[in-house]
Amino acid sequence: MVDIESKAHQTVPPAEVDEVELYHATSFWTKYVFSQDAKIIAIQYSCVAIGIGLVALVLSSLIRLQLGFPDMFDFITAETYYQFVTMHGMIMVVYLLTALFLGGFGNYLIPLMVGARDMVFPYVNMLSFWIYFLAVIVLVASFFVPGGPTGAGWTLYPPQAILSGTPGGTGLGIILMLLSLALFIVGFTMGGLNYVITVLQGRTRGMTMMRLPLTIWGIFTATVLALLAFPALLVATIMMLFDRLLGTSFFMPSLVEFGEQLSYGGGSPILFQHLFWFFGHPEVYIVALPAFGIVSDLISTHARKNIFGYRMMVWAIVGIGALSFIVWAHHMYVSGMHPYFGFFFATTTLIIAVPTALKVYNWVLTLWNGNIHLTTPMLFSLGFLVTFLNGGLTGLFLGNVIVDIPLSDTMFVVAHFHMVMGVAPIMVIMGAIYHWYPKMTGRMLDEQMGKIHFWVTFVGSYLIFFPMHYVGLVGVPRRYPELGDSAFIPESVATLNSFISVAAFVVGFAQVLFIYNLISSLRNGQLAGHNPWRATTLEWQTPQTPPGHGNFDELPLVYRWPYDYSVPGAPEDFLAQNDPGQGPVK
Amino acid sequence: MGVAIAIVVVVVGSVLFHLFSPWWWTPIATNWVFMDDMISLTFWITGVVYVAVLLFVAYCVFKFQYREGRIAAYEPENNKLEGWLTVLTSLGVAALLAPGLVVWFQFVNVPEEATEIEVVGQQWSWSYRLPGLDGKLGTADNRLISVDNTLGINPDDPNGQDDIIIDGDDLHFALGKPVKMLLRSVDVLHDYYVPEFRAKMDMVPGMITYFWIEPTRVGTFDVLCAELCGVGHGFMRGTVLIDSEEDYALWLSEQITFAQMLEQRDVKVASAVKP
Ligand code: HEM
Ligand SMILES: [Cu+2]
Ligand SMILES: [Cu+2]
Repeated sequence: MVDIESKAHQTVPPAEVDEVELYHATSFWTKYVFSQDAKIIAIQYSCVAIGIGLVALVLSSLIRLQLGFPDMFDFITAETYYQFVTMHGMIMVVYLLTALFLGGFGNYLIPLMVGARDMVFPYVNMLSFWIYFLAVIVLVASFFVPGGPTGAGWTLYPPQAILSGTPGGTGLGIILMLLSLALFIVGFTMGGLNYVITVLQGRTRGMTMMRLPLTIWGIFTATVLALLAFPALLVATIMMLFDRLLGTSFFMPSLVEFGEQLSYGGGSPILFQHLFWFFGHPEVYIVALPAFGIVSDLISTHARKNIFGYRMMVWAIVGIGALSFIVWAHHMYVSGMHPYFGFFFATTTLIIAVPTALKVYNWVLTLWNGNIHLTTPMLFSLGFLVTFLNGGLTGLFLGNVIVDIPLSDTMFVVAHFHMVMGVAPIMVIMGAIYHWYPKMTGRMLDEQMGKIHFWVTFVGSYLIFFPMHYVGLVGVPRRYPELGDSAFIPESVATLNSFISVAAFVVGFAQVLFIYNLISSLRNGQLAGHNPWRATTLEWQTPQTPPGHGNFDELPLVYRWPYDYSVPGAPEDFLAQNDPGQGPVK
Repeated sequence: MGVAIAIVVVVVGSVLFHLFSPWWWTPIATNWVFMDDMISLTFWITGVVYVAVLLFVAYCVFKFQYREGRIAAYEPENNKLEGWLTVLTSLGVAALLAPGLVVWFQFVNVPEEATEIEVVGQQWSWSYRLPGLDGKLGTADNRLISVDNTLGINPDDPNGQDDIIIDGDDLHFALGKPVKMLLRSVDVLHDYYVPEFRAKMDMVPGMITYFWIEPTRVGTFDVLCAELCGVGHGFMRGTVLIDSEEDYALWLSEQITFAQMLEQRDVKVASAVKP
C-alpha cells in the first residue's frame, strides 16, 4: 500500500523552490477582462461555452422540429437541416464540452485542488481564452455569410465538404469552419500546456500524484490526450483548406461533379477520415475523462464515503487514455478501409470496455455502505451513472465490427453517442455546477429548482434517446431530414419521432430554469460558507470564498489523500487533505 | 425512496419497451442472419448487465440513504472483488468479440462462386453494371466519364463491351445466387444501404469497395444512401428486387449492353444530325 491511506504522521517534504511572485492586476481591465487569474479565465471560458452551447441547444430543437413534424416549417429545407445538424454537432462536442471541461473546470479547479496560487503561465492562459473567443466568433460569423455555414456534417468528410453539392461547401462556410477549428486548437494548446505543467510542477508540498483528487486526474489525462490528438485535426484542417483554396489534392481523388470533370486527382478521402478519427476518438475521452473524474468526487463527497478502489480508478483513467489512441478506426468500419483492420480495431475497442466497466463498478461500490445525501449534485451523478451505463453498453454493439455493419449510420448511432458523450457528460457538468457554484460565488444554488431541473432533464433526455435506438434498429439512417417513402419504416415511427421531439422541447425549455437559477442565486442564494458540502479537497479550505487572488494565504500542506470520509475514530465525517489530524506532524 | 423507485422504473420501463414496442428490425433477405443473432446476443449480455447494475444502484440508494447518525463504511479498496469483476467483465467481452470476429471473417471473405456486380453512386442516384456473357466487368475510370459514357467505362476494353448497364432503373437479384457488390463512386462518399440486406459499405471515389450477400427471400426493397453526400443525401433512393431464377432470367434478357448503348446513341446522334 502506497500513500493512499491516511498516514497523518507522515511528514511533508520541504519546499524545493521558492514561491514565485504572482502578477497583480490593478485596473478593471486587467482584473476582469484581460485577466491572468485562472479563476476569472475559467468563468470567461464557461460563460462563452455555455452561451454558444445554448445556440447548439436551439439548433437541436430546430432539428427535432423537422424530424418530429416534417413539412410543417418552410424555413427548414434539406439544406438548412444539414447546416443545423452540422453546427449543432460541432458546437456541442468542441466549443461547448471540450471548452467547458478543460477551459472552464480545468482552469478553476486545477490550481485550487493541487494547492497552487495560479496556473504556471498565466499570460499564456489569458491568450488561450481570447483565442478561443476569437474561434467562437469566427464560427458564429459563418452563420451570416452568403451560403451560410457548412452542412458537411460535423465530421466534415471530403470530398463533399468542399464541393457544391453541400451547403456552404463552395462559399465561406467551410473555410470559416476550418479556420475556427484551427484557432480553437491553437488556443487550446496554450491552455492545455498550462494545465499539464501546473499539475506536474505546481502541486503544493505533500500533494503527491497519488493524492490528487480524481477530478484532477481526469482533467490532466484528458488534456494530455488533447495535446496529442488535436494536432491530427489541425493538419487535417490545414490540408483541407489547401485543397479548397489552393487546389491541392490531399484528400481529393479525380472525380466528376454533376457531369463536370474537376481538376483534382490522386488524393485520398480515407486519409482524412484517419486523421479526423485519430483526433475524434480521443476527443470522446477528452470529454469523458474529466466527467469520470468529477463524478467520482461528487459521488464520494455526497455519499460521505471514500471512492472505492482509488488506485484502480487512476490506472483506469490512464489506461483508457492510452488505449483511446488505438481504437479510432472503429468509426470507419464501413469506410472502405482494408477489412482486416476490422479485427484489430474491434479487439482494441472491446478491450477498452474492461477498464471502463471497472470504473462503473467502482462508482456503484462507492455508494454501497455509504451515507447517501440526495443533493442535486448526487442526483445528477446518479443520472450520469444510468445514462453512461446505457451508452457504454450500446458501445459494445458498435465496437464489435460485425454488429456495427447493420447499425452504422443509423439513428442507433445517434442515440448511442448522445447517451454516452452528450447526456452523460452534461449530467456531470450540471452536477458539478451545483457542487462548485457555492465556491465560485459564495452562494448556494436553489435546491428546489435544482431538483426540478434534474428530474425534467434526466427523464426527458432518457425519453429522447432511449427510444431513438429502436428507430435506428428499424433501419432509419441518420442525417435524413425526413423518413420519405420507405416500405421498411412503419407509420408508427413518425409518431415516435413526434413524441421524441416533444420530449426534446421540454428538456430544452427546462434549461431556462437552470439559467434562471444561476443568475438569481447570485443575489438571492443562501450564503454558502467556506465548505457547505463538508468536502476534503483543498478548494474548500481557502480562507476566502470565493477564493481571492492567489487562492490561499499560506500554501496548504497536504497530509492525506482526498477521500478521507467517515474515517473511523475521526471527530467528523471528513478530514480535509490539509488536516494534519492525529499524530505528530514534523 | 423516491429516487430508488425512479431507477427501478427506468429499468423496468426499458425492458418492457424493448420487449413490447413495435419497433424492431425488418425481416432479413440475405444470408446475414448471423448479424441479427449477434445483435440479439449483445442485447442479452448487455441487458443483463444493465438491469443488474441499475438494480444494485437502486438498492444502495434505498438502503444507504442519509439518516441521522448513519456512518459510512471506510473501505479504500478490495483487491479480490476488483479482480473478480475484471475477470467476469473480460469473459463477457470475449463472449461478444469471439463470435463477432468469426462472422466478420466470413463477411470479408467472398465465396468463389459469387458473381460480381458493380454499383455506381453519384449525386444523387444509383446505377449498376453486370458482367455480360464473358462473366467479366470491363475496366472503368472516373476520368472517362462524359455525357455519353456516364459511368466512365473504358470503351477500348473488350471485356466491357458486353457489360449490362442499368442506369436509373431497378436492380434485380437471383434468389440463392451469391453476389459480390463492387462499389464505386463518381463524386463523393456514398453508402449502398438496403436495410433488409444488413450489409452495407461506403463507396469512395478513387477506389473500389465491396461486400457480398446471398439473397434468401423474394421481394422488393428500398435502397438508401447511408453516408452523407450533400443536400440530396436523404433523397438518394432506389429499388432492388430479389427474383426467382426464372423471373431473373427474363429480366436480364431485357437489359442492354454497353455496346448496344453506344450504338443506340450513335443512331440517335445520326438522326439528330439529319435535318
Ligand atoms: C437536448 C439535447 C439534444 C438533442 C435533442 C439532440 C438531437 C440531435 C439530433 C436529432 C441530431 C441529428 C440526427 C441526425 O439526423 O443525424 C443530433 C446530431 C448530433 N448531436 Fe445532438 N442533441 C442534443 C444534445 C447533444 C449534445 C449534448 C451533444 C454533445 C456530444 C450532441 C452531439 C451531436 C453530434 C456530434 C451530432 C452529429 C452531427 C452530425 O451528424 O454531423 N448533441 N443531435
Ligand atoms: Cu470512438
Ligand atoms: Cu448519401
